[in-house]
Amino acid sequence: MKFKPFAASVAVAAVAMFAVGARADDVVKLPCVCELSGAGAVSGTNFRDGAHIAIDEINAAGGILGKKIVMTDMDTQSDPQTSRALVQKAIDDGAYAIMGTVFSGSTIVNMIVAQQAGIPQFTGAEAPNITEKGNPYVFRTSSSAAKGVPALTPYFKDTLKASKVAVAWVNNDFGKGGHDVFVSQMKDAGIAVVADVPSEQGQADFSADVSKIKAAGAQAVFVYLNEEEAARFLKEAKKQGLTVPLVGEVTLTGQKVIDLAEGAAEGAYAHVGLATSAPLAPIQDFVKKFHDRYNRDTDHNGIKGYIGVYAVKYATEMIGKIDPQALADKLHGLTLDAAKYPGMLLTTSWDKTGELSRESFMTEVKDGKQVVIGTVPAN
Amino acid sequence: MARFRYPALVLLGLAALILAPRGEGNYIIFIFTSWLTYSIAAMGLNLTLGYSGQISLAQASFMGIGAYITALLTLAGLPWIVGMLAAVAATFVVGLALGFPALRVKGHFLAFVTLAFNTLFFLVARNEDWLTGGNYGLSGMPRPNLIFASTMKNLPFYYFTLGVFVVAAALMWWIVHSPWGRAFKGLRENPVRAESLGVDTTRLTLLAFAIGSAYGGLAGALVSPLVQYIDPGSFALGISLKILLMVVVGGAGYFYGPMLGAAIVILLPEVLRFTEGYYLMIYATAVIVLMVFSPRGLMGLGERLWHRLTRPARQVRADMAGGAQL
Amino acid sequence: MAQFLQVLLSGLSTGSIYALAAIGFTLVWQAAQTVNFAQGEFVMLPAFFVLIGVHWLGMPLWLALIFGLILSMIVLGLLFKVLIVEPMLPNGGLPLIIATMALSILLKEGTKQFYGAEAQPYPGLFPQATMTLGGAVISVQDVMNLLVSLAIVVGLTLFLNRTRTGRCMQATAQSPAVAEILGVNTRRMVLYAFLINAALAALASFLISPIYLAKFSNGENLGLIAFIAAIIGGFNQIRGAIAGGLLIGVLDNLTATYITAEYRAAIPLILLIAVILWKPEGLLGTSEGRNV
Repeated sequence: MKFKPFAASVAVAAVAMFAVGARADDVVKLPCVCELSGAGAVSGTNFRDGAHIAIDEINAAGGILGKKIVMTDMDTQSDPQTSRALVQKAIDDGAYAIMGTVFSGSTIVNMIVAQQAGIPQFTGAEAPNITEKGNPYVFRTSSSAAKGVPALTPYFKDTLKASKVAVAWVNNDFGKGGHDVFVSQMKDAGIAVVADVPSEQGQADFSADVSKIKAAGAQAVFVYLNEEEAARFLKEAKKQGLTVPLVGEVTLTGQKVIDLAEGAAEGAYAHVGLATSAPLAPIQDFVKKFHDRYNRDTDHNGIKGYIGVYAVKYATEMIGKIDPQALADKLHGLTLDAAKYPGMLLTTSWDKTGELSRESFMTEVKDGKQVVIGTVPAN
Repeated sequence: MARFRYPALVLLGLAALILAPRGEGNYIIFIFTSWLTYSIAAMGLNLTLGYSGQISLAQASFMGIGAYITALLTLAGLPWIVGMLAAVAATFVVGLALGFPALRVKGHFLAFVTLAFNTLFFLVARNEDWLTGGNYGLSGMPRPNLIFASTMKNLPFYYFTLGVFVVAAALMWWIVHSPWGRAFKGLRENPVRAESLGVDTTRLTLLAFAIGSAYGGLAGALVSPLVQYIDPGSFALGISLKILLMVVVGGAGYFYGPMLGAAIVILLPEVLRFTEGYYLMIYATAVIVLMVFSPRGLMGLGERLWHRLTRPARQVRADMAGGAQL
Repeated sequence: MAQFLQVLLSGLSTGSIYALAAIGFTLVWQAAQTVNFAQGEFVMLPAFFVLIGVHWLGMPLWLALIFGLILSMIVLGLLFKVLIVEPMLPNGGLPLIIATMALSILLKEGTKQFYGAEAQPYPGLFPQATMTLGGAVISVQDVMNLLVSLAIVVGLTLFLNRTRTGRCMQATAQSPAVAEILGVNTRRMVLYAFLINAALAALASFLISPIYLAKFSNGENLGLIAFIAAIIGGFNQIRGAIAGGLLIGVLDNLTATYITAEYRAAIPLILLIAVILWKPEGLLGTSEGRNV
């Protein structure tokens, strides 16, 4: 027993020497510029923690081209101006690529900085306009709302055969993005949007929203709200006896919403780009790994962070050097097959705008669990 | 010699500001520029709060009005100076319109009205897409082109901001040291006496508020080209509270208070980064403690310490010390 | 008509909870002449005390509610007064207002650090049953929220007007110096005001959290609405705060249903400015009669 402290101190000394020995150019810097506090703290923290799992795995297996990855966490406080300054700092510190941000409003600001410096950036944001600005250095880690929402159109048109629908959305940059795509999709499909109901972030009383939808006689409702608001909406819908199908994108059938809505989420339906409940071994392995390490469940943002880091590893090993420009060039039009590149979890491709394409899922809430009822092929 | 000490100190400070960003990375320069911008906004609020004793909770919305006006005009191809002048003029007028009804009645009514105004501004900026870009905001504002240089890069833009800051500070210095500004001080220290001496306190307070608002507009005119992206969330009520805290933490009523306060609020997250999620808690606790021990902020605290150091403590008779409280 | 009734009744239910928080505002205003910018957090926090009681200490719900109420009165009543309000009173009004702003940050961030950033489900106090009234669906919860709030308000009003302690509190609020001369223990009366405020905030928290869910940032909205309700109704009157709370709850829903959802949040603010323009003492308030 006595020599344990001695052994421990030797270990500490060894680690310390190693740390000193690892010179700056022996490491690959992948800073995480994320929402670790403020409104986006949940998403940002999951994104970061998912990324750290990938980094530890990669480092344990020898790193990228023999170099260890170092990730510094930078907290944007969910503020776009701060995020811009931090991306600047990350680049000043010699970042090879940048992980984050998750908020669309932040990404749209800070990606200009990364673009000016020519540093690839892996964002968790889903607003359509990010990849519409012709920025050759921004890459998504999940599909944009512009791709996710249209996946629902056939469901409204063919499965539900709806001619009148309603949309309930949160009036911020996230909600607005989904709302705009949905309305234009419905217009193209010849379906009338009879109630268009925006709500405030943090709104307590959804009775007016639900009663408007009820009065308009919609045959289905597209619900595009943040988690707590989605839960409050579902509860109010149940209370007022709104029985038409409630259809969402990503959040509506998430476990958090199911728990918060206390039974009112039953039967809700959603298209999910990255479902933590997807019945696929690689995803379930990751979800378990995350839970074992942090003792809490991740949402889809954890997966985004994880595959973002692996994308850097695989693409860098293809080009055979640490070169931001070559990395960005390589990723455009690249497809990473999950069979050959297991860290991607699912086969993933990027087009020339940095938009991502990947298999996605249709989910439904059954018996208080999110159940995958169908897959949508990559588009 | 003492006559030259103050100007010498100011010159030394200016020299420090000119040399500070030399050889620093883009991030540090950005932080410095951001500090100068917020200092201007806080200076304006200090006139309202520190000199005329009224709380305004709308300084962020004045920055917002300034930022949107500057953004729209410069995006339409007009030079920055036009946008800036329009921003300052508009915020001055809005300040008058807002302050006039609120200041007729005594009490905290300006605080209430400005609180409502800030949230209303946020709603308009978010909902009127056709003008403000709505939730997505406006982006890609050009940085001003000076005759001799472009400020597209960060360092020139810092010097540009510094120039605006120095002019704004000098103007403020003149305002508070003019006979008119001294009337403010009289007003703060003894409103009843000021009134009995024939000072129209309401008009004076209103003017102070409008000028303070115009400083917010000027800061906004700088935010637009600095961040090159504005959205309604950047000018929400929370930011107004942040600016108010800057003024009070630095020291309301002191000329350098707002600059010190802005430095603390902007730099604190950097200094306390090692505490991770706890920094806001530490900051909040520090503010509460500061308010207990030095309600006049850090400047007030510094002043007290300075007096204690330079002048040996006078012997206070124990009975007299107690007597002050009786 | 059914729709009108629906949103009206829901609005009354939500508004009654705003009213509870608004009353607390007016009590603190009267006791300490300060605006408590942490009032929203005072309503957010007690729900977490209850969750701690249920999940960490394994209490049954009724015990956890009592635990939450007592803890709220200690932390948000006694400690708030002793640690923050009292040391600052000699410094004047502004430092105290600033301190409550800092306190709001502290409570919010503290809750986030120690209980997590995610919204938590919160146990309802009443059965989830609903009933139909003229085509409108009302839940037992809505009705009970309204009734419980009104009962609390009636009880509080009786206490303030009919009991000796209550009248002493009113005297202290109107003129501390005179009350002191008349032999009222003003320090104790001020303490009572803070304890009642904390209890009201806790009750509002217990009533609204089943709908609102427990989340660290809930106070931001609630505080603002309670604040506006108190000013609209009349800052120095309990009945004013009730009227303000109910009015905002109903107007918010009616605006969203019949006029505009984008600007629903604007209506209370416009009302606030209008009240200050034409009736600065509030709709039901009386002039304070202070000179300086």
